[in-house]
Amino acid sequence: MYFLKRILFAVPLLLVISALAFALVHLAPGGPFDRERSPASPEIERSLKAKYHLDEPVWKQYVRYLGDLAHGDFGVSLKYRNHSVNDIIAQSLPVSLTLGGLAFCFAMAVGLPAGFLSAARRGHWPDYVGGFLSLLVICIPGFVLAPVLILFFSIKLNWFPVALWESPWHMILPTVALGLYFAGKISRLMREGMLQAMQSEFVTAARAKGLGENTLLLKHACRLAVLPVVSYAGPMLADLLTGSFIIENIFQIPGIGVFLVNSSMNRDYTVVVGLSLLYAILLIGLNLLVDFAYTMLDPRVNYE
Amino acid sequence: MTLFRRAWRFVSRARFIFGLGLLLSVSACSRHEPPADVTILNGAEPESLDPAIITGQPDSRVVLGMFEGLTRPDAKTARPIPGLAESWEISPDGKIYTFHLRTNLVWSTGEPIRADDVVYSWIRALRPETASDYAGQLYYLKNGREFNEGKIKDASLVGVHALDPFTIRVELEHPTAFFLDLCAFQTLNVVPRQTIEKYGDRWLMARPLPSSGPFELVYWRLNDKIRLKKNPRYWDAANTQSEVIDILPVGAANAAINLYLHGQADIVWDKELVPVELIDVLLKRPDFHTFDYLGTYFVRFNVTKKPFDDPRVRRALALAVDRKRIVKKITRGGEVPALHLVPDGTANYLPPDGLDYNPALAKKLLAEAGYPGGANFPRFEYMFNAAAGGGAKTHENVAVELQQMWRDTLGIQMDLRQMEFNVYLGAMDRLDYSLARSSWIGDYNDPQTFLGMFVSGDGNNRTGWSNPDYDRLIAAANNEPDLAKRAKLFQQAETLLVQTDPPIIPLFFYVGINYFDTNKISGVYENLLDIHPLQTIRKLKSAK
Repeated sequence: MYFLKRILFAVPLLLVISALAFALVHLAPGGPFDRERSPASPEIERSLKAKYHLDEPVWKQYVRYLGDLAHGDFGVSLKYRNHSVNDIIAQSLPVSLTLGGLAFCFAMAVGLPAGFLSAARRGHWPDYVGGFLSLLVICIPGFVLAPVLILFFSIKLNWFPVALWESPWHMILPTVALGLYFAGKISRLMREGMLQAMQSEFVTAARAKGLGENTLLLKHACRLAVLPVVSYAGPMLADLLTGSFIIENIFQIPGIGVFLVNSSMNRDYTVVVGLSLLYAILLIGLNLLVDFAYTMLDPRVNYE
Repeated sequence: MTLFRRAWRFVSRARFIFGLGLLLSVSACSRHEPPADVTILNGAEPESLDPAIITGQPDSRVVLGMFEGLTRPDAKTARPIPGLAESWEISPDGKIYTFHLRTNLVWSTGEPIRADDVVYSWIRALRPETASDYAGQLYYLKNGREFNEGKIKDASLVGVHALDPFTIRVELEHPTAFFLDLCAFQTLNVVPRQTIEKYGDRWLMARPLPSSGPFELVYWRLNDKIRLKKNPRYWDAANTQSEVIDILPVGAANAAINLYLHGQADIVWDKELVPVELIDVLLKRPDFHTFDYLGTYFVRFNVTKKPFDDPRVRRALALAVDRKRIVKKITRGGEVPALHLVPDGTANYLPPDGLDYNPALAKKLLAEAGYPGGANFPRFEYMFNAAAGGGAKTHENVAVELQQMWRDTLGIQMDLRQMEFNVYLGAMDRLDYSLARSSWIGDYNDPQTFLGMFVSGDGNNRTGWSNPDYDRLIAAANNEPDLAKRAKLFQQAETLLVQTDPPIIPLFFYVGINYFDTNKISGVYENLLDIHPLQTIRKLKSAK
């Protein structure tokens, strides 16, 4: 019941987001048809605007946009005039989903055990090494990490391709470059979560009852400790799935992140609004999933 | 150590999930396709592949392979040679062209190409509904402008008609020395009527897509790859050198050079794909080729704003610029200092002398204008756009250099203002600036493509400059059928533009830079327009 309400509430939220995105991008100076080379006659610009209804008042354009949206049509890109926004999403979202999904798995697979071990061996070398490494990867931005990875693994060692998105082999470096930051974050969250869980009363009680330390950590503390990770994972996954401008640019990956950034530079109104909506839908959906996961993991949480 | 063992099991499970994800993506992304004969890195993703719509050079390089006009650019010189038309006659007054189509023309899908298709394509580019940015290329046709602006509705009044299936009669407004160049320009390419009428704006998604040029489109994946294969029905297919060509949109210079050095690409032909930090090293390599290019980098004055309304001030600033320092210190790609707007080597033309570096005269002129030693000269702004790509820092570096030169020589203070590209264009259009960075790339090899824009009120003027003598000279040149006399008139006009009453300061002429190994690739030639028809390009056998 609760989740149904949440889903219903998402609809007006998306409307507000679309209206805001629509208004903001139209408010930005310049338009999609500004060019260094202005056309031979002012009439040409007028026909361009007329063709894409940009000569109408903004509210009317918005109503028209909503009408199309109701039919699942995000409109035509104003920059890539042969492509609809649906085309752009259909072609580039799967790539970003793949890369983002891989990076997510990578971040989880590295971050969770690292954080767990740091906490379990608190004050010993695994803790120090893990803490240092996770801080390091959080501090290195993607636009530094990615070229360094390319330089070392592609150019020096020749293990991986330098760029492009063609085979699984091409996916490894971008996955690492994109996922490492999140792995560091997750490791730190996991460590904190574990430490807190280990001090909680039920763990003390379990320990007093004579439960083995390992069972305690893995079966009981762990379950509570992943909660902060889970709540962080939702927005993180939304971030990862909608692509990364920097990583896509450096590795020449045909994902959606490049469009997300460039469309606002190009004043490609339809693409900006369409992709903002897509991002919002992902974010809302994943947050919902996170809340749902909470009910599974923590018996104290009940939304009904 | 059971903790570690259990933790390890946990990790293994996570690795299993990771592996599963990898496996899924592998199955989703495996592409079983034969490698291309030639792979080209082409710069930005094309905005479109519709000849009537495209404006950018990366777009036109692809379109050139798919569609052809009555003429086509020669691979070596980029001058027009017979394309779909095998011959033509020009009337003595230079206003009537009669083109004779080849009789063996067919679309890649087998239907014949006839004179009606040419007329259809040109009229389509002019229709207001097509909303072609470059419709101006057809304003030379009689009533072309009026039809495009919607003042005439009847397409039959436009000066292009099919006399019979193989003959086209073209009537121009003025004798137009570069009309055959225009016939090779993308806007005038011949496009498939049936497909366009059936699919509307999405006609390029139709498969098979009929093409009139040497290649047909296999697929076009956004930001990923465009694959072209030889069109066996092209009239000159016997001379098409490659079967399959891949064209990759690559925006980052570092990725381009990495891909090239790792043998993933054969040709890189966008100057934006040369990392400017490495240019000194790269230009020494034998596979880096620089050549003169029909483009000029210059500074615009807003002549409606004091003190730049005074020609003496503008001349003083122009005379105080040491262009050699700019090309040696900043651009470093072998650019030539520019004293005039129209690049050297432009056809039908000999440019005049402009204002060369002369600090003494610059100081004298500024004093005459009432600012001796720069005293009381108001602070002013220099506007430039933030750019992406290999030349990202060039605009800023040039700005800083100019700032220093004018401060040292003239004692005047300039502030720098960097803006987002669209904002910068808007400010220029509204004349909301004092000085602005500018550049211009010629569309065709003729002085008109440069000089035409400074006519009073032209959309590309953007300086507020209006000189009746200049307007008169340009109009006279455009009505002059005699090429020598025409060149003289243009030269007089440009003298006003760069010497007597300058609204601009030309800084340097661009160079083109391509990189490919001449031992592995043949058929790419350097020319002023940086045009490279795809059909001559071939990977040499020994290199495979």
